[in-house]
Amino acid sequence: MTGSAIEANGLGMTYGRKRGWALRDCSFRLPAGRVCALVGPNGAGKSTLLSLAAGLLRPSEGSVRVLGTDPGEARTRIAYVSQDKPLYPQLTVTDTLWAGRELNPATWDREAADRIAGPLPQDAKVRTLSGGQRTRLALALALGKRPELMLLDEPMADLDPLARHQLMGVLMAEAAEHATTIVMSSHILTELEGSCDYLLLVDGGQVRLGGESDDIVAAHAVVTGQVRDLAPHTVVESRTTGRQLTALVRKEGPVDPAAWDVTEPSLEELLLAHLRSPQAPPLLTPSATGGPSRTGAAA
Amino acid sequence: MAESAAVEFRIDRRSGVATYLQIVQQTKQALRLGVLEPGDRLPTAREVVEATAINPNTVLKAYRELEREGLVEARRGLGTFVRRTLGSAAVTTDAPLRAELTAWTRRARAAGLDKDDVSALFTAVLDSTFKGDQDS
Repeated sequence: MTGSAIEANGLGMTYGRKRGWALRDCSFRLPAGRVCALVGPNGAGKSTLLSLAAGLLRPSEGSVRVLGTDPGEARTRIAYVSQDKPLYPQLTVTDTLWAGRELNPATWDREAADRIAGPLPQDAKVRTLSGGQRTRLALALALGKRPELMLLDEPMADLDPLARHQLMGVLMAEAAEHATTIVMSSHILTELEGSCDYLLLVDGGQVRLGGESDDIVAAHAVVTGQVRDLAPHTVVESRTTGRQLTALVRKEGPVDPAAWDVTEPSLEELLLAHLRSPQAPPLLTPSATGGPSRTGAAA
Repeated sequence: MAESAAVEFRIDRRSGVATYLQIVQQTKQALRLGVLEPGDRLPTAREVVEATAINPNTVLKAYRELEREGLVEARRGLGTFVRRTLGSAAVTTDAPLRAELTAWTRRARAAGLDKDDVSALFTAVLDSTFKGDQDS
């Protein structure tokens, strides 16, 4: 019964002929109510994808729909915190929060905003704040808006570990209480692993893995055994040492436990194996495959 | 919220044990030790995730598992409550199984095994004996 938070169809973005495609031929769906880790190496297209979903960029080709509509239409229901956390440097913290309330009169939740911004020096001008304090203020604005979808680009990058843990806790509480969809990008997976239940791996402008983290992990296995053919399984990455073969495979049916020692990969192992093996085919779980037929069923 | 929850979960992300299982195991441990008793309220998903920064669905998954085993029940709008304890005679200090294990551990030590050796051996036997039991 869940609708889509984001639906991309053949989405592509180029910043100019010479620079090639930042994102190309991306089709996926993010169901509403998920906390999604958007991971991938530097320059993979994560920020481009978030800007497109926030409606700040217009796709060069294909389309993206957000909360069932055009990103521009959904603007009041989205909170987007970009990597550089743009704020007005000459405003004080108090002024900034006041502006947040004035700009979001229908939904502003002062308590939610104050919970995050509380530790900040309220009379300080934004330009005097540290990077981490600015992040805190930007997240306070995002949470105060009480959005249905939060798009957070590297939200934790300049926070100390304590603030990181606290803010992640607040975001999770938000998701628990209001079923807010949250997308967080990072190139450090371990930062997000425990908090996210959905995963999008973007690499080279393409979505290579998409779906429930548990399902993506369960679709793969690390097998160890004597060197021999692994068919019918898809080999993502393999390594041979003497007579022993270790491989990370995408399972096509059960793996013969008599022939192989089988273990479940960690999410990080899985991502690294995919990043090292660009030829591995993409995998989208059923909930992550786009297409209007699916939304029709959800109504 | 009238009353605060009786327990608090500690999540170790490096333990290799799935997070929801850690919650299940810690709840069971608290039931065995009598820290949790019938009628006690487990923390809400919101309380757990705010303190631990884990995903809310992980908490719900753990609570569903505990509910499936008949240990807790969800009461709509009120929270999740303990139904029964796990206090079994077999784990108390003077139980025969414990005495046997103590005797075995002493023999292992006398045979020259150190604590890590014993622990590794015990875990290996434990894993092979209960292999396959945890799938659900």
